[in-house]
Amino acid sequence: MNDLTLIRKNLFRKKLRAILLTLSILIAFLIFGVLGAFYSVWTSGGALAADNRLITVNRINFTVSMPYAYWTRVAAVEGVENVGHASWFGGYFQDQTQQVQTFAVDANTYLAAYPELTMPAEQRQAFMDTRDCLLVGTDLAGQYGWSVGDTIPLLSNIWQKTDGSASWAFNICAIFDAEDDKVPANYALFHYDYYNEALAFNNDQVGWLIINTTDASLNDEVSRAVDDLFANSPFETETTTEAAFNEAFANQFGNIALILLFVVGSAFTTILIIVGFTMVTAINERTGEIAVMKTLGFPAPRIFRMVLSESVMLSLVGGLLGLGLAHLMISGIAEAAAAFLPGLAMSAMVFWVGVGLAVLLGLLTGIVPAINAQRVKIITALSKQ
Amino acid sequence: MNEEDPMTSLYTLTDLSKGYTRGKESITIFEELTMTIPQGDFMAIMGPSGSGKTTLLNLLGGIDRPSSGAVDCEGVRVDKLSEGKLAKWRSQNVGFIFQFYNLMPTLTAAQNVELPLLLTSLSGKQRKERVATALDIVGLADRKGHRPRQLSGGQQQRVAIARAIVADPKVLLCDEPTGDLDRKSADEILETLQLLNKELGKTIVMVTHDPSAAKYARRELHLDKGRFVEQAQEPAQ
Repeated sequence: MNDLTLIRKNLFRKKLRAILLTLSILIAFLIFGVLGAFYSVWTSGGALAADNRLITVNRINFTVSMPYAYWTRVAAVEGVENVGHASWFGGYFQDQTQQVQTFAVDANTYLAAYPELTMPAEQRQAFMDTRDCLLVGTDLAGQYGWSVGDTIPLLSNIWQKTDGSASWAFNICAIFDAEDDKVPANYALFHYDYYNEALAFNNDQVGWLIINTTDASLNDEVSRAVDDLFANSPFETETTTEAAFNEAFANQFGNIALILLFVVGSAFTTILIIVGFTMVTAINERTGEIAVMKTLGFPAPRIFRMVLSESVMLSLVGGLLGLGLAHLMISGIAEAAAAFLPGLAMSAMVFWVGVGLAVLLGLLTGIVPAINAQRVKIITALSKQ
Repeated sequence: MNEEDPMTSLYTLTDLSKGYTRGKESITIFEELTMTIPQGDFMAIMGPSGSGKTTLLNLLGGIDRPSSGAVDCEGVRVDKLSEGKLAKWRSQNVGFIFQFYNLMPTLTAAQNVELPLLLTSLSGKQRKERVATALDIVGLADRKGHRPRQLSGGQQQRVAIARAIVADPKVLLCDEPTGDLDRKSADEILETLQLLNKELGKTIVMVTHDPSAAKYARRELHLDKGRFVEQAQEPAQ
């Protein structure tokens, strides 16, 4: 037997109470773990962004297009190494519920802008050479069971062709992936010309530009130069770093960090009050036993440590179980939703922040009962028996 | 656990006074009490309720402090020790036996007995040996895995005695050790205490209301109006 045995036995002396407390802490950390993993993947765009990559969108809104000619004009700006462009196709496969993120791009400059996208050299060449080729991300291909050589139709819920249809036929000639799991591989790319030539309206427009600067230190300068170039025109632009663009994109759904903080904060405040109050009550019930331990010679600081450890142990047990359950849930969700949320996983940072929070919760809920236990007067406590 | 020389003084109480205030009223329990307790003594302290028997026991055990005067135990001024040093002194010198046993309900008999040994530097194996010996002395070796609620009152008090002696203290302080027991169990407990005094030389100070319990002691002291009236006697049986 040692102090740990005593701590454990005291903690679980009332099993129902211990189980309910553990469950309440478990739920708080389950919420934290799941939301933390979603937050990580949601905001990972900022972390994955290249330092020297800028995005230019229409100043009104990123959903509003801009003239195709901007692409070539931006390429002439000093400090610009490469410019790609992309346009939102808004595609679906067979049924509107089967949405496929598809972009019409200039193949050469787009792949130059995103060197992290990898594929076999022959497939890369096939994509460059084949007018109706669809370059599919590996997660998307996995979702629909597509492979190289397949011919599929994709329909647009935005655009129409001059013949009145909204269906484009594609030949899947390449599948891309990325070494980093967090880099999305859940979308498809095809040639802008193939799209633009068939359009019934909005021809010769692009959605946004992707600029690689020659050096990240020139980002501000290039951004200003690009936006100045189109100032006072009917299509003014706004150029930001890719990280800022991704963050703004994520935040269009609300301030994710604030929502997370509010939900997790509410759960933790509730748990803090419940566990704190229960621990104070539990220790008050044991005043006589603490007095006996002091009588036997247990010094007050050791009793303080034991009571505080009890609270930290409770919090850690609940916290680790909650984080473990969150990990299992996230793994399950990640497998089912790989196409929509690539790289969804509980990161090491979320885990360790969770462990830190568990220790903090234990310390906060244990400090008052630990002080009370330390201050127990032997004579007073024994005379109450 | 060797027998001590009965003539050597263990405790010396000098001009010991204890009082407290209740509201504006000052209450004196005893005043300028002077006495010695020899090593190997078995002393029963009797007296009416509120006469300060338990207070005196608490002062001897270092869980209460006198208003004035000195509590000396083998040259150590117990009343002057800091809280930390007092806790350590208690763990090394004093074994406590309470009326209501005060065992930890979540621990087994053996674990309850082992509790004071957690304050020593003994190894796990040494602690186990000591616990086995202590439980053997009180006749509960076969109940070491039982929790307090699985034991009778008499058995629980035996476990408490084993806990009190396991660290081999010089003195056992017993506060109404048979107050919650039937006659048969009480006699068994008192016989055990007598055995510890006679065979192992433990100095025992026992507070009791029960005259027949006091008969087991070597001497009785009656506390009356802040003074002791000693009645020497032959121990029972």
